[in-house]
Amino acid sequence: MIEFRSVTKRFAGGSVAVDNLNLTVEDGSFTVFVGPSGCGKTTSLRMINRMLDPSEGKILIDGKDVHEGDPARLRLGIGYVIQHAGLFPHRTVLDNIATVPRLAGWTKAKARSRAGELLELVGLDASMAKRYPAQLSGGQQQRVGVARALAADPPILLMDEPFSAVDPVVREGLQDELLRLQSELDKTIVFVTHDIDEAIKLGEKVAVFRVGGVLAQYAEPAELLARPADDFVAGFVGRDRGYRALGFLPASQLPVGELATIIEGATIAQTRAVLHDGWAVVVDRNGKPIGWAEESRLHGQDPAATLSEDLLHAGGSLYQADGGNLRSALDAALSSPSGRGVAVDADGAVTGAVLADDVLAALARARNDGEVRS
Amino acid sequence: MNGLFGLLERLVDWFADPKHWSGFDGVPVRVLEHLEYTALAVFIAALIAIPLGAYIGHTGRGGFLVVGLANGLRALPELGLLILLVLLMGIGLLPVTLALIVLAIPPLLAGTYAGVRNVDRAVVDAARGMGMRELAVLRKVELPNALPLILGGLRAATLQVISTATIAAYVSLGGLGVFVFVGQYTRDFPQMLAGAVLIAGLAGAIELLLMFVQRRLVSPGLQPNVVRRGTTG
Ligand SMILES: Nc1ncnc2c1ncn2[C@@H]1O[C@H](COP(=O)(O)OP(=O)(O)OP(=O)(O)O)[C@@H](O)[C@H]1O
Ligand SMILES: [Mg+2]
Repeated sequence: MIEFRSVTKRFAGGSVAVDNLNLTVEDGSFTVFVGPSGCGKTTSLRMINRMLDPSEGKILIDGKDVHEGDPARLRLGIGYVIQHAGLFPHRTVLDNIATVPRLAGWTKAKARSRAGELLELVGLDASMAKRYPAQLSGGQQQRVGVARALAADPPILLMDEPFSAVDPVVREGLQDELLRLQSELDKTIVFVTHDIDEAIKLGEKVAVFRVGGVLAQYAEPAELLARPADDFVAGFVGRDRGYRALGFLPASQLPVGELATIIEGATIAQTRAVLHDGWAVVVDRNGKPIGWAEESRLHGQDPAATLSEDLLHAGGSLYQADGGNLRSALDAALSSPSGRGVAVDADGAVTGAVLADDVLAALARARNDGEVRS
Repeated sequence: MNGLFGLLERLVDWFADPKHWSGFDGVPVRVLEHLEYTALAVFIAALIAIPLGAYIGHTGRGGFLVVGLANGLRALPELGLLILLVLLMGIGLLPVTLALIVLAIPPLLAGTYAGVRNVDRAVVDAARGMGMRELAVLRKVELPNALPLILGGLRAATLQVISTATIAAYVSLGGLGVFVFVGQYTRDFPQMLAGAVLIAGLAGAIELLLMFVQRRLVSPGLQPNVVRRGTTG
């Protein structure tokens, strides 16, 4: 447990970076500090591992003031990941990861074999071990940064905008990977970002700061979207927060309607026979969707010919009937060329279709039941 | 043209003459003397300049000192300094070595300071953040990353000292400068030229050696040619 007790940080020159912060991070929780640039997120984070010291107040870890004792020793027990990874350019990937175990006094052999395990844990190939940081992509460097922070198995992990320097696609992969890691490792994570989407995706609890270092709201993401504490938080979580709040309502309550499907390799005639309102989803042998067949495109084709892929419409996004949420269901419906959102099961096989109206009806029901503020 | 070819011919004859290669004033002895003065001066200069540059680079305090000291020392005229030192201390190894140390300090100090200072601040921050103490940050992170610039400073210092160690002969201490000064004094131009050629050759050889050492000592992760190849063995 990490506790900020009336913590204020003033820098030379008198500017207040953090103003009377009171906040508790529970053990094993994923907490995100979010807010506009200069609002004191980094300063707050760096006071936990004493890279900075508070001007007033104190910070406790498991009830013990971090200020008592040796900062270097404290830091050995706290993983730290920064924006550009900060890998040591002169050391191989493996030796970068082995750094903290070595500092903690492990033998070289033991530290290296541990580093090898971590390489795998963060999803990097063993062949990367001998490379140097300059030979890695930005995303790979961040993975190594995470592996290095985890190497000595610290209970706490501090991450300061670790993914902000990589492109959106890679970032999303890294976020998913981090969530997977956290579900296995159960660390106490404090994660700093200025991206509210990232905060809502990753955080179990989100602390929104405003400029001047004041904590504006500290709540679970769904709560933040549904009941922002004030206009600043409402503005910061964004205009489409109503739409994003759909992400917290399960899709399992949606009625999944019937959907015409045809297996790939069928003829034009067979396909035309199954169309429903002029549309059918073409699936592979495992039931995974490939694309949409439409009457107007099949019309006039040789009925005995096999349906070729270039006659198909590309599919829209998919949503999982169990485990998915209303946001992805609505998106599936809106992005589908036929207007029917394709529902899939956990293996990605088609189970049926949903219409945008169904999603809105489900939202109306949820509102009536008080699950969402109207 | 004839004069130049004649001189070259006599230079070759000079080198071909076996009696220039033996005895207490032969080429091998003079080369060794020259190397001794150089090594001594560069070694002592490194003992002073590298820790000082590392300390200033690490703490960030006193950067002005590096600039001032380096520029000030560079502005001193070597021969004038040597004569002054000889007048103060008398003829001997000490004034010569001191003059050469003064020459070697600026490039070593500037190289070490710049090398340590230029290490990516995020890397240093990460090192500290993961629990390294200050000395470990310097030894395990800053110095290895500063090594290319430190060795660059060492090469520049060595080169300058080798060429300037010629002045040792001016106060009758030997080294390759003897050929130059004696040649000039006796109007034996082939000998004078031979001295200059030997000094240049020695400087070139030492430069090659130091480049080789640099290749071996600096981490492959800091060598652009290795990094660009994609993988290392
Ligand atoms: N070392 C310092 N000296 C003086 N002022 C500082 C120092 N570090 C930060 N500040 C100031 O403190 C305030 C908070 O800075 P901080 O780095 O914590 O912001 P941040 O929320 O992390 O912003 P960003 O999203 O841009 O990283 C800013 O106004 C900044 O200018
Ligand atoms: Mg910051």
